[in-house]
Amino acid sequence: MHIVVCAKQVPNTTQVRINPETNTLVREGVESIMNPFDENALEMALQLKERHPGTQVTVLTMGPPQAVDILKEAVGRGADEVMLLCDKAFAGSDTWATSYALSMAIGKLPKPDLVLFGKQAIDGDTAQVGPGVADWLGMPCITCACKIEIAGNRALVERAFEDGYEKLEVALPCALTVLKEANVPRMASLRGKMAAKKLQVAPTTAEMVGADPAKLGLSASPTRVMKIFSPPPKTGGVLWQGEEPAVMAQRLVDLLRERKLI
Amino acid sequence: MAELNYGLSELAVEIRGMVREFAVSRVKPVRAELDETGRFPAEILRELGKMDLMGLYIPAEYGGTFEGDSMPNIIAVEELSRICIGVSVSYAANGLGADPILIGGSEEQKKKYLPPLASGEKWAAYALTEPNAGSDAGSIRTTAVKKGDTYVLNGTKQWITNGGEADIYTVFAVTDKSRGARGVSAFIVEKGTPGFSFGKKENKLGIRASATRELIFEDCEVPAANLIGREGTGFIWAMKTFDVSRPGIAAQSVGLAQGALDEAVAYAKVREQFGKPIIANQGLSWMLADMATQVEAARALTYAVVKTIDSGAKDYSKFSAMCKVFASDVAMRVTTDAVQVFGGYGYMKEYPVEKMMRDAKILQIYEGTNQIQRDIIGMALNKEYAAAARR
Ligand SMILES: Cc1cc2nc3c(=O)[nH]c(=O)nc-3n(C[C@H](O)[C@H](O)[C@H](O)COP(=O)(O)OP(=O)(O)OC[C@H]3O[C@@H](n4cnc5c(N)ncnc54)[C@H](O)[C@@H]3O)c2cc1C
Ligand SMILES: Cc1cc2nc3c(=O)[nH]c(=O)nc-3n(C[C@H](O)[C@H](O)[C@H](O)COP(=O)(O)OP(=O)(O)OC[C@H]3O[C@@H](n4cnc5c(N)ncnc54)[C@H](O)[C@@H]3O)c2cc1C
Repeated sequence: MHIVVCAKQVPNTTQVRINPETNTLVREGVESIMNPFDENALEMALQLKERHPGTQVTVLTMGPPQAVDILKEAVGRGADEVMLLCDKAFAGSDTWATSYALSMAIGKLPKPDLVLFGKQAIDGDTAQVGPGVADWLGMPCITCACKIEIAGNRALVERAFEDGYEKLEVALPCALTVLKEANVPRMASLRGKMAAKKLQVAPTTAEMVGADPAKLGLSASPTRVMKIFSPPPKTGGVLWQGEEPAVMAQRLVDLLRERKLI
Repeated sequence: MAELNYGLSELAVEIRGMVREFAVSRVKPVRAELDETGRFPAEILRELGKMDLMGLYIPAEYGGTFEGDSMPNIIAVEELSRICIGVSVSYAANGLGADPILIGGSEEQKKKYLPPLASGEKWAAYALTEPNAGSDAGSIRTTAVKKGDTYVLNGTKQWITNGGEADIYTVFAVTDKSRGARGVSAFIVEKGTPGFSFGKKENKLGIRASATRELIFEDCEVPAANLIGREGTGFIWAMKTFDVSRPGIAAQSVGLAQGALDEAVAYAKVREQFGKPIIANQGLSWMLADMATQVEAARALTYAVVKTIDSGAKDYSKFSAMCKVFASDVAMRVTTDAVQVFGGYGYMKEYPVEKMMRDAKILQIYEGTNQIQRDIIGMALNKEYAAAARR
């Protein structure tokens, strides 16, 4: 089996600040890490590799030269191959252009049986890239996966929601976006770290994957950011306590009626 | 934080980072539960195996990563101990169980038994102590009688760390009663061998995550090929093992004491009485200063002994005993003082220092009590000064 894991390097914070003047993320002074959900995707791949000997895991990232750090981390944990998609032509790509670029890169790899993504990137947060790549590749895509079993050329996948689970059977090859709940990502092994130290990764350019320059980068990105703002924090609300439940329930109903909510 | 220059290798520094992160992210969240329930930390050991950290003391030819530098292993023990010595003893007891094979085993025995220990697939234990033979280990009564190409073992071992959990046991038994300690032999016994069973798990004051059990041998037939070295050499392997393993107890002690110091200083900075943090009282900050100084002195002695052993020194029993006795006494004092720094809160289970204080006590007892260590040092001094006087 060949599993491709798409991983993104992100700033290590769930509260990335936004520059109100330029509407862009303030990345300066923030440590870069592998997107946490992508760690779960990688872990899912590595666990499948343990259960299905002979499986190859390739980790693919599109990003600046320093994104090689997350590829080293991936090798430390047990990834077999890596690809760094790195080219000025990719700069400023939105989810559409990113998905296109990643799909072209995957097209250059040995044909995958499974393409794994994190549920979302903690900086961009759109959760669009996984389904987007699957679409370019013409693969079915299951989002929010927390469990997978492979039997022959089919996968049994569990999706988790706030209110329950869904079990799906899907033909391979397919794409999955993976939830945090899926697993606890392992830490790098000693031998893996040694291999990662020696790892030399030559960047793969847009031309090398045969990507159409007209579909790449800022100019090809249809997304326009009109406005970015932090939603005002929720105000405290009113707390009633100390009275009989029946009294408080009546008061609540009265209030809801008054506001025409019921 | 400022640190002394111990000339650590790149590998040792790497291991320190790995195990420190592992201990904080994997062990710290569960240590109170492990202590409360006495649950064996199997998943933690398995993960350490996957990270290639179970074979730091085993040479590459047998699947480990040891290349003459024992510091990575010592530092792994120290860093785990900083968070929980119930876990670190379960980890380190593998080395204790494997050492007799490493020191006295044949090539075949090493090839067969060391690789699964290095990968963490299997775990080991060391079985010397018996109900009537603790400090006086030479007086063990478990017997091994040759029968064809097997030895038949009968007897009971007591308080064996990793008992029941380990797959591979090095067991010391008497093959010739008339020769005392020179009639003791060492055997490799696999779990599952007919006639080999386990008694109950002990309920302990500290290191409660570790499994301490009785081993029971009833007409247990062990292949003669599992005899380590020749008949009658067992006590030599037992003692040589202690010479290399006692710095491991010292490393546990240093780690535990460091962990208690970490907690104590952090608490002293935030706890306010009389309108200021308690660390602002000289009486208390001097306590912390003494604790920190003792921890560093214990670390320096321990590392120096390990480096001396690595350098190929022949005679180091005295130094192994010194670092074990000094560091474990430091651990007992520092953990007790840490509880004092916390005051009443330190006495409560909500804070980790009471566990550390309970855990510390074992370090003065196992792998030879501190009285026995002082005996070893005293006898060595007597011998060395007698030799010097003759010259
Ligand atoms: C409002 C807004 C403004 C933005 N402004 C800018 C800007 O000014 N400049 C700019 O450069 N970007 C900007 N971006 C970011 C950019 O559009 C996205 O980061 C990028 O297209 C990927 O989308 P995402 O981060 O939402 O990923 P998601 O769709 O949330 O990611 C899902 C999964 O896809 C995979 N994946 C995503 N990206 C990659 C990658 N690069 N390599 C490998 N796998 C990947 C991972 O598995 C990830 O878990 C902005 C995004 C938003 C939402
Ligand atoms: C939690 C735990 C785990 C253990 N794990 C293992 C293990 O994995 N494998 C193993 O083989 N054993 C193990 N042991 C056994 C341990 O090594 C012994 O408990 C230790 O050697 C002391 O023996 P004893 O308890 O019988 O004490 P005793 O020998 O009965 O000693 C009692 C007291 O007398 C003192 N004393 C004895 N002789 C002298 C002397 N000559 N001079 C001065 N004072 C003396 C001792 O210092 C001690 O204070 C473990 C013990 C415990 C509690």
